[in-house]
Amino acid sequence: MKALPALAATVFALLIWQAVVSLTSLPRFILPGPALVAETWWTNRAVIAEHTLATALEVLLGLALGAALGIVTAIQLATSRIARVLVQPMLVFTQALPVFALAPILTLWLGYGLWSKVAMAVLIIYFPVTASFFDGLMRTPRGYLDLAQTMQASPRAVLWRIRVPAALPSLASGLRLAAVYAPIGAVIGEWVGASRGLGYLMLLANGRAKTDLMFAAMLTLGVFSVLLHLTVRRATAGIAGER
Amino acid sequence: MTDTPGLLFQGDASIDEKPLFARIRLEMPPGRWTCLLGGSGVGKSTILRLIAGLDTGAEFSGTIRADDDGPVTPRVGYMAQDDLLLPWATVSQNVVLGARLRGERPDKPRLDRLLHRTGLTDHAGKKPAELSGGQRQRVALARTLMEDKPVVLLDEPFSALDARTRADMQDLAVELLAGRTVLLVTHEPAEAARLGHAIHVMTPGGLNAITPPTAPVPRDVDDEETLRTQGALLRQLREKVA
Repeated sequence: MKALPALAATVFALLIWQAVVSLTSLPRFILPGPALVAETWWTNRAVIAEHTLATALEVLLGLALGAALGIVTAIQLATSRIARVLVQPMLVFTQALPVFALAPILTLWLGYGLWSKVAMAVLIIYFPVTASFFDGLMRTPRGYLDLAQTMQASPRAVLWRIRVPAALPSLASGLRLAAVYAPIGAVIGEWVGASRGLGYLMLLANGRAKTDLMFAAMLTLGVFSVLLHLTVRRATAGIAGER
Repeated sequence: MTDTPGLLFQGDASIDEKPLFARIRLEMPPGRWTCLLGGSGVGKSTILRLIAGLDTGAEFSGTIRADDDGPVTPRVGYMAQDDLLLPWATVSQNVVLGARLRGERPDKPRLDRLLHRTGLTDHAGKKPAELSGGQRQRVALARTLMEDKPVVLLDEPFSALDARTRADMQDLAVELLAGRTVLLVTHEPAEAARLGHAIHVMTPGGLNAITPPTAPVPRDVDDEETLRTQGALLRQLREKVA
């Protein structure tokens, strides 16, 4: 049911792209047409696959680590006043820093390999996950807490049996946002310094005026991001549910 | 359930230095239904929340004590207008919530018995969203009973229900809460007239005790004396507001 509109939109986008190419007759190293990009993609499929795998690994590791860190932080913040006083301002401040500006220093600290990119992805998704889950944990309906109090519940039980389940829909929206941001983080990391990954391939192709390969890598990244987003969306459907 | 205490509430409350209600004295005799009737904003829910030991945002000075001098809040069960069912938990899990929150093992036979008495046996595995408003309030009632507290505080628990379901729930509540000290806060004169062994009208001027109808609780909805009391209660509510 959803496939048909998606297909129509894709065809429409390709048509516009082709129309721009035909009407402006720009040289292929400025704007390659869809057919050329498809052809380049196919002839370079082994290279693209290899770099996609590298980026995918960075993104998935970053997503897992960032989400785990965000969840733990949110629970810490929600349960401890001291943590709120000490950590929250720091958290907001790190968000005020442009993550892009941190990429070179991360590369300096963690090297050109996998981990500087994972760190970028973690940094970029840590805040949305923490903030949305924390927000959910602090907005537990008052009535539930009243009821729990009349039942002489322990704060621990209230946290795990009421506050956390009630906050899961908020966590789900944080994770969905994270799935969109994580590839951006990884690619920024690759731009600053890497020897593999789709971001690296794009930069490489661009530098050699292989614009068609640049486009092929970029579109692959786009498709990967969309698939990741859909997967996470589906995976979190259960916890985002009824309210 | 251990011995049922009567309660005494005595004192005044203010919010930000502004008096919410002047010094009042409310006695809740053991094992009886005491109805506290009043319009919105007179502080009747605040009284109930103070007895339950819940946060009210009001400054209270006075005493709340049980006639056996035992502690009050640990012996209090609470049921509100909102059924407060956890949407992610099944009916059974909601009913045994108290035990789960205290880290105790739920009393399974008791659960089954209560589900049976509230007519929920067939719904035990359902989520609250699959139930009607009346069924949800029955789950809330079963959850309250599961706690087995000698004192039960009811904060307009039936006011969101339609007339027929409300009358059914009132009957069921009287039957199942028999022997407990009940405080029912309501804005419905008909409800107070049907259910109160003792009825108090609360207005900004204070508390006023009304002689309840003579018929046993729950009184018939068309009992003449009950209807007359209902009318008298409504008249009082309107007079004092004017």
